[in-house]
Amino acid sequence: MTAASEIKPDEIKTRIIEIEILRYNPETDDEPAFQTYQVPCREDWVVLDAVNYIKDELDRTLSYRWSCHMAVCGSCGMMVNGEPTLSCHSFLRDHPDKLRIEPLANFPIERDLVVVMDDFIDKLKSVKPYIVPREKRSVDDGTHKQMPAELARFKQYTLCINCTLCYAACPQYMLNESFVGPAALALAHRYNLDTRDVGASAREDVVASNPGVWECSFVGACSDVCPHDVDPASAIQQAKIAGVLDYFKSFLMPKGEAKK
Amino acid sequence: MEIIKTDVVIVGAGGAGLRAAIEVAETNPALSVALLSKVYPMRSHTVAAEGGAAGVAQSNDSFENHFNDTVTGGDWLCDQDAVDLFVKEAPRELTRMEHWGCPWSRQSDGSVAVRPFGGMKVERTWYAADKTGFHMLHTLYQTSLQFPSIKIYDEFYSTDLIVVDGRCRGLTAIEMRTGQMRLFEAMSVIIATGGAGRVFPFTTNGAIKTGDGMAMAYRAGVPLKDMEFVQYHPTGLPGTGILITEGARGEGGILVNKDGYRYLQDYNLGPPDPWPRKKAMELGPRDRLSQAFWHENKKGRTIDTPHGDVVYLDLRHLGQAKIDERLPLVRELASSYVDADPVFKPIPVRPVIHYTMGGIDTNINAETSIEGLFAAGECACVSINGANRLGSNSLTELLVFGSRAGRGAAALASKGTLPDDTTEITRQGEVARGRMTALFLQSGDGESIPGLRKEMNQTMEEGAGIYRTEDSLQETCQTMASLRKRFENVELEDKSNVYNTDLIQAFELGSMLDVAHAMAVSALNRKESRGSHQRLDYIERDDTTYLKHSLANYDPSGEPRIEYRDVVITKSQPGVRVYGGDQK
Repeated sequence: MTAASEIKPDEIKTRIIEIEILRYNPETDDEPAFQTYQVPCREDWVVLDAVNYIKDELDRTLSYRWSCHMAVCGSCGMMVNGEPTLSCHSFLRDHPDKLRIEPLANFPIERDLVVVMDDFIDKLKSVKPYIVPREKRSVDDGTHKQMPAELARFKQYTLCINCTLCYAACPQYMLNESFVGPAALALAHRYNLDTRDVGASAREDVVASNPGVWECSFVGACSDVCPHDVDPASAIQQAKIAGVLDYFKSFLMPKGEAKK
Repeated sequence: MEIIKTDVVIVGAGGAGLRAAIEVAETNPALSVALLSKVYPMRSHTVAAEGGAAGVAQSNDSFENHFNDTVTGGDWLCDQDAVDLFVKEAPRELTRMEHWGCPWSRQSDGSVAVRPFGGMKVERTWYAADKTGFHMLHTLYQTSLQFPSIKIYDEFYSTDLIVVDGRCRGLTAIEMRTGQMRLFEAMSVIIATGGAGRVFPFTTNGAIKTGDGMAMAYRAGVPLKDMEFVQYHPTGLPGTGILITEGARGEGGILVNKDGYRYLQDYNLGPPDPWPRKKAMELGPRDRLSQAFWHENKKGRTIDTPHGDVVYLDLRHLGQAKIDERLPLVRELASSYVDADPVFKPIPVRPVIHYTMGGIDTNINAETSIEGLFAAGECACVSINGANRLGSNSLTELLVFGSRAGRGAAALASKGTLPDDTTEITRQGEVARGRMTALFLQSGDGESIPGLRKEMNQTMEEGAGIYRTEDSLQETCQTMASLRKRFENVELEDKSNVYNTDLIQAFELGSMLDVAHAMAVSALNRKESRGSHQRLDYIERDDTTYLKHSLANYDPSGEPRIEYRDVVITKSQPGVRVYGGDQK
């Protein structure tokens, strides 16, 4: 059997791509600066492959995150030619001979392409992203029934891989970092729509607040960059509508909690 | 050195680590849990599992069926007491996941849907489209966030266990953000760091799967069990090694060679029709399918591509609606990475390193030979997987044994007080820090990390792949010994502290070399063919000599020392693995 790692390079086109990467080491640098590499790239590579080539062959000091190389772990988000991009899912065949790579916008830089994720993690937690059950259910009670149509209502919002490209694209988050942001709000909406959950009112403090859905100006940049078509913008709009309905219901029914 | 005191430390925040953390928190909310991972929890490789998780779900199925499929699939190297409790706890754990919000795919009446997997008599694989691991991981992570007792230490790379008088007392870890070594002192420690597929060059495994936890336990004196058993998944994308789930065949996909012929019928898996049919043809076990590819390749009946030889996985007859509903990820991956939209084109695939059956030796309670040290998930070997893991048992294993590890760790931490004198703990912490400092100080004509890694990868593929021989394994063992020696001279180019991935990769390489050496020596010593371990020079299974687990014991400078332990047989005597034919 031919070795799996054996590549026949003459059968795959290569070209030199000039890659500029924004470098920053907080221990030695006052501010970030670009460094340029000439990288012999195979045409079937993704951007991440080129970055890995730099790391292995040209510059061991480059820091970035990656793991799965199949667009599901969400680690390797970067700005590629100004666009928030999952670098393992961005094909060189779609790029020109020059690439500019920067850390994801709107996050503080920790080192090179590694950004500080603390704020995002805090926001995920803040929306209580877990089932708040109607009643305590034991394993012996078995699984809930959930109709395919009921699943379909929230399924799309379960697909977020937490890559944070949407935060890098979001004009509101750029202006106001207290904005809860697209991924976290979409996740809250996901649980609010789940028939197994009654936690909507517990999430309301965060979701329906000013830094919550009302901060969003519905530019839709989050949905444009989402690699899994989660469409957080639609989740936020749905949540706004639900919030308005609740507001009016509260006049009709004191303590007017209604399962949406 | 900063010392962080906690009741339970868990290393690894994938499926097993998160499940264990939740179990500790639910068992005893008063216990503090430090959950460490070198990545954010949702990056863990559980995320990449696609097809599903096995657990008896239908009235036409039984624990006995699941038991038999698992033991037969494992070529009788599974411990049957472990499999017995595994199959019984499986549906309970999967039900618990349902309560926590896992978006399992549903039948039209609202109950959880199941699909068939390879080597399975009755369909029992719970799935969430073809992103089951992703959904399980995110469900577990999100669920864990409600427990105040669980503190997650993101991006902490664990380096060394601390063992005092035979009791595990904690570990050291590098806080990657600062580059500082921290000491976690605990009553019990759980390792849940996943497998080590990255010792091979062509693998479905993400970059993080470098066997760190296995190596950590191994160096501390716990044997690595059955390390020669490494699973090739039959359907990976050429070039990247991206996994195309067995679920694709469960839904009716077929494998054909260059002549469009369903070649599996030539390897005791036929007849091809009727199809789909359980435990036959494309729904045979992974080891048999990967081995059939090797033979087909020898016969010149595979397709030559720039990324090596392939066969075709054809899903076109399923139609777009079914592919989009059940296999959306497969469609997306094949379309973008190999330009083959399965609705219109067959997908080129070839066998790819997927799973380490072997791992840290544990008993059925996830306990290791060191008191206070537990292990669960792919890093552990209980063993329920034997010589060849049955597809969709691994996601369930994370839950069943993650939960058992959590219960055990909680029980131990709840009852005990430990000696106040921490002199020895601190001393060992300093030794660990010294190891890190030494890496920074080494200079001169050092070895390069990518260079050694490539040699290791190449050697393992050539010498310890699908088929192995005495010569190929001898050579692999020698190369691993010399690479381990050369590793002592490895040199960092990045001497900074903050998020130094050169440093982390050095540690990872050290782990991989230890693990790869254990794999090679274990394989050399097993002079038989069983499950995923196939020897061209010993083609038969030899139950007289080798119905045994191999235990590789660490030697800092030399070869691992191999010992054997009897397999636990309770009710299923070793027999012939029959697939295809009249199997229903």
